[in-house]
Amino acid sequence: MKVPLSWVREFVPLPESLTPSEIVERLVALGFEVEGVQDFRDEIQGPIQVAQVLEIEEITGQKKPIRYVKVAASDERFVICGAQNFSVGDFVVLALPGSVLPGNFAISARETYGKTSNGMICSARELGMGEDHSGIIVLDPTQVKESIARGADAIELLTLNDVVLDIAVNPDRGYAMSIRGIARELALAFDLPFTDPINLAPNLPLTDNPGVTTPKLEAGADFIVLRSIENINVTAPTPLRMVRRLQMAGMRSISLAVDITNYIMLEFGQPLHAFDKAKIAGALRVRRAGTTKNLVTLDGNDHPLNENDLLIADDNGALALAGTMGGLQSEVTSETRSITIEAAHFFPMDVAKNARAHKLSTEASRRFERGVDPQLPLAASARAIALLTELAGGSYLGGKSDGAPATLEPIPIHPGYVSELIGGEYSHDVVQRSLEKIGAEVNSERAEWVVTPPSWRPDLSMKADLVEEVARIEGYEKIPSTLPPSPLSRGLTPLQKRRRRIAQFLADRGLLEVQNYPFISPETIELMGFKGARARTYKIANPISEREPLLRPHMVPGLIDAAVRNMGRGAKSMALFEIGSVFRAPETIPPPPELGTEQRPTPEEIAALYASVPDQMLVVGILLAGDAQADSWLGKARAYGWHDAIALAQEIIELTGNVGTVHRSDFTPWHPGRCAEVRVGDFAAAHVGELHPRIIAHYGLPPRSSALMLNFGALPIVGPTRVRPLSNMVPTIQDIALVVPTDCEVAEIIKALYQGGGELLERVELFDRYTGKPLAQSEISYAFTLTFRAPDRTLTAEEAGALRDSAVAATASLGARLRG
Amino acid sequence: MSENLRELISAAKTAFEQASDLDQFKSARLSHLGDKSPIALANRELSQLAPTDRAARGQEINSVKSEIAAMAQSREEELTRERDERILIEERVDVTLPTRVSQRGGLHPLTLLRDDICDLFVGLGYEVAEGPELESEWLNFDALNIPADHPARTMQDTFFIEPLTTKLVLRTHTSPVQVRTMLDRKPPIYVICPGRTFRSDELDATHTPVFNQVEGLVIDEHITMAHLKGTLDHFATAMFGEGINTRLRPSFFPFTEPSAEVDIRCFVCRGESKECRTCKGEGWVEWGGCGMVNPKVLIACGIDINRNSGFAFGMGLERTLMFRHGITDMREIVEGDVRFTAQFGVGR
Ligand SMILES: [Zn+2]
Repeated sequence: MKVPLSWVREFVPLPESLTPSEIVERLVALGFEVEGVQDFRDEIQGPIQVAQVLEIEEITGQKKPIRYVKVAASDERFVICGAQNFSVGDFVVLALPGSVLPGNFAISARETYGKTSNGMICSARELGMGEDHSGIIVLDPTQVKESIARGADAIELLTLNDVVLDIAVNPDRGYAMSIRGIARELALAFDLPFTDPINLAPNLPLTDNPGVTTPKLEAGADFIVLRSIENINVTAPTPLRMVRRLQMAGMRSISLAVDITNYIMLEFGQPLHAFDKAKIAGALRVRRAGTTKNLVTLDGNDHPLNENDLLIADDNGALALAGTMGGLQSEVTSETRSITIEAAHFFPMDVAKNARAHKLSTEASRRFERGVDPQLPLAASARAIALLTELAGGSYLGGKSDGAPATLEPIPIHPGYVSELIGGEYSHDVVQRSLEKIGAEVNSERAEWVVTPPSWRPDLSMKADLVEEVARIEGYEKIPSTLPPSPLSRGLTPLQKRRRRIAQFLADRGLLEVQNYPFISPETIELMGFKGARARTYKIANPISEREPLLRPHMVPGLIDAAVRNMGRGAKSMALFEIGSVFRAPETIPPPPELGTEQRPTPEEIAALYASVPDQMLVVGILLAGDAQADSWLGKARAYGWHDAIALAQEIIELTGNVGTVHRSDFTPWHPGRCAEVRVGDFAAAHVGELHPRIIAHYGLPPRSSALMLNFGALPIVGPTRVRPLSNMVPTIQDIALVVPTDCEVAEIIKALYQGGGELLERVELFDRYTGKPLAQSEISYAFTLTFRAPDRTLTAEEAGALRDSAVAATASLGARLRG
Repeated sequence: MSENLRELISAAKTAFEQASDLDQFKSARLSHLGDKSPIALANRELSQLAPTDRAARGQEINSVKSEIAAMAQSREEELTRERDERILIEERVDVTLPTRVSQRGGLHPLTLLRDDICDLFVGLGYEVAEGPELESEWLNFDALNIPADHPARTMQDTFFIEPLTTKLVLRTHTSPVQVRTMLDRKPPIYVICPGRTFRSDELDATHTPVFNQVEGLVIDEHITMAHLKGTLDHFATAMFGEGINTRLRPSFFPFTEPSAEVDIRCFVCRGESKECRTCKGEGWVEWGGCGMVNPKVLIACGIDINRNSGFAFGMGLERTLMFRHGITDMREIVEGDVRFTAQFGVGR
């Protein structure tokens, strides 16, 4: 809302000594963000005067017609002028030498066309009053009356020295989208008297004369007033001062009738619409569109209508989109002789829906959406008729209304509640005065007061609303600063601690955390080879990018994207991880229960509500690409491989207090021969390994790039570790080499060794691996160190030997034999 | 003492001094103290002396021998020290060689910040509450007094999931976690809710469709707006340093009443420069939103409004991070450039 201060001053006597920044400061403290201040006083400098044209000499022989004009301002002088739209006797605006016009345009006497020009006759654009540059401003003496005199200060006359505040109004404060509302706020801010602008409206009775348009409310509004006027001269000019104010408020002057409705909307906050009365067939109805097909609005757009759109219609069809925009067909034109002014109180939701459905956010719809004072239609329409009569002639035919303005519910409140909720001291006196300042009626006879909000404050419906008003008017800066009592906390949950430990562990291991957008394209899912349940995810109805409408069902594609992006910026090797949610949709999503908000849902409803939100896996994803260690003076580079990824998977699982076992797997997007599943019990906690060569090639990743995704959120929470006593006995070490078929998995051999070695076999470590002569092609040899230890004694050589033999024997079923 | 014994001392002294390293010294010691050294021979000749002379001569020899031995020991220590020092000099390396040859890791700055904030509030007795990113409309909107026709629920602001009958959205704030908390437990409730949130904004210098929030919720008996202000002041000082407090400005949110915008004292000029570009000379910078929990929200969650009141606040983590680290373009945070994250290093 752009607010010229001169307009506000008509209703609240702001002292001239108040600076714009002081006013802004108070508005901000009252909850109005001021997004800009335009101080025209900085942009224009006099002397700029009203001048009367005395003589005109046409200078010919130039490229364009030029006039040499004798004018009378505070003195008589000659000026050169290129405009033609004035004649002798007209009053014009003259910038005298020494004056400065907007755009830092300094006026001085100058020689031109062989004459001396002692000033400049100004167009509206030259004065910063809008875009009109078709001719100079000709003042209409009937409009500005006594202020027009030779030599009068035109800066004052045309309010070229105004200050305009651009005020952001929160959605609950519709009343402030008007000069009326802002003036009221400034009056209470500076403790000044406030004159309500609606006093400007004459008391114009609604009389049902023949020819008066009849309103009929059928939906979407509770009050409507129509007033009709006939025999008007619609081509009469809009007073300059009105044009200027509209322009400062960010609106264009269109025609007198439209300008008047806009002016009153800005001043009162009540949107009005002027219909060409002759074009209304029968009664004017506020109704749903129903089967009405379409409406061409004032901007020329043809809108197909939805069944529930709220219309203003006559017997022939739609006339306007209620509270949003008028229709082209019933618009006031230069042919119009009679007008019907419509002033209604439309319901905010209906106008909001209209505006949204047709993408028409207008000055009117923005006000109705936020709530307009339902008491305004009578006064606003009366003022419109008065201004039309005054400026366009015509005679008032009469008016009719339908419905009645709604009244607001009184709110019971104990005055002490303000102090109780805010935590400061607010005396009964302060509470009463604050509420009265905003226009509320306070009945403080009983201990529990009854506060009736003013008609323009539909946002006030409960005691907390009143508390905010008192606190706001007293100033939020008066709210004390104290800490609440310290409650009992159990600190982070085990899962939260787990997440932190994993992240810190990976960072310490040289991995860098990224946070990718969780969006993915169907093409990527296809490329990754995800199928069935692993590909079933959610589709966003309105994605940012049509290319990526899906939620990620997996962490690895995003990590690959991040790696590719970084490689594009010069990175060669990357170890990345991300912790977050991945999304896999169940085959059917349970429908949500229908829930109100008037009371707590039942336990069954809460259970159904939670069940309607499918589980989202909390996972860690890792991508290892390129070198773990670069070439350096210490030696050659070491590239990341599948084994690094598997090691990380196991270590992460160990961090959670669980034990992971590695099993061969064959899952996309991994290399079919280099993919493992790491299980905790029977639960597949992670898939991990080298990425499929096809995917590595597609993205241009470093060869052998490896990845993992681990569902750590689903791993069991393990309680505190139970410690076992440590043995101080000397361990007995036994090295063995086993020859096995090449397709025998080491994990199986180690498992067998542990089984065979029994409880005294403390550790099995693989320290060598050998193929080649003298082994057969189908054979491989693994060398292990077995560490035996008893808790209570040092094992004898015989005992250790027997244990070793028993361990080896257990591997026989895998086809293993001791190597010579 | 006999002349020849005295000469043995000076000969040994000369020999030890002439030994320039431990090897030479060892042979010198062998010659002067070994089995075949003159002193050893003199000792062996004792038996040939008359018993009357033997004791005195023996005493003489022993004293010479221990004098030579002392000299040997001191020379050996000296040479050992010289050798050790030489070795240390020879073993000198260039300690400025690059030693970090492994990949460098680090946590994302948003993670560091989130953990910092959680730690701060855990210290104040709060717990950390989290919830799903894909959330029910009722929890994300209805329960928070944002009715079905509210502008925030349009396609311009919220990501909806198909089919729309699932009533699933990508949460637009972490407030549904507050609702879940109120449904799941009874007051007193003191929670901090960090998490990822979504709005259908295009990515630019100050907007991202995927961002992070941290919200706080307190529900207890006699909770006031002064408690809210005190908590925010404490939070701001912890985040931005001593002297950075907050200012509340009246505002509007459907889920709080009274509501306020939270500004912090400009951390660049501290309100002392009209030319400051960070605060545009206003001395304050917008940080987040807050208010007393709207009774309608409490009722929808079954909190007894005659007994309890509460406050809530919410801040953008990205914005907080930008303030703390002088980041001017939000895209740097979200683009995942490893060079950006690496600046924050492991731990800090
Ligand atoms: Zn500043």
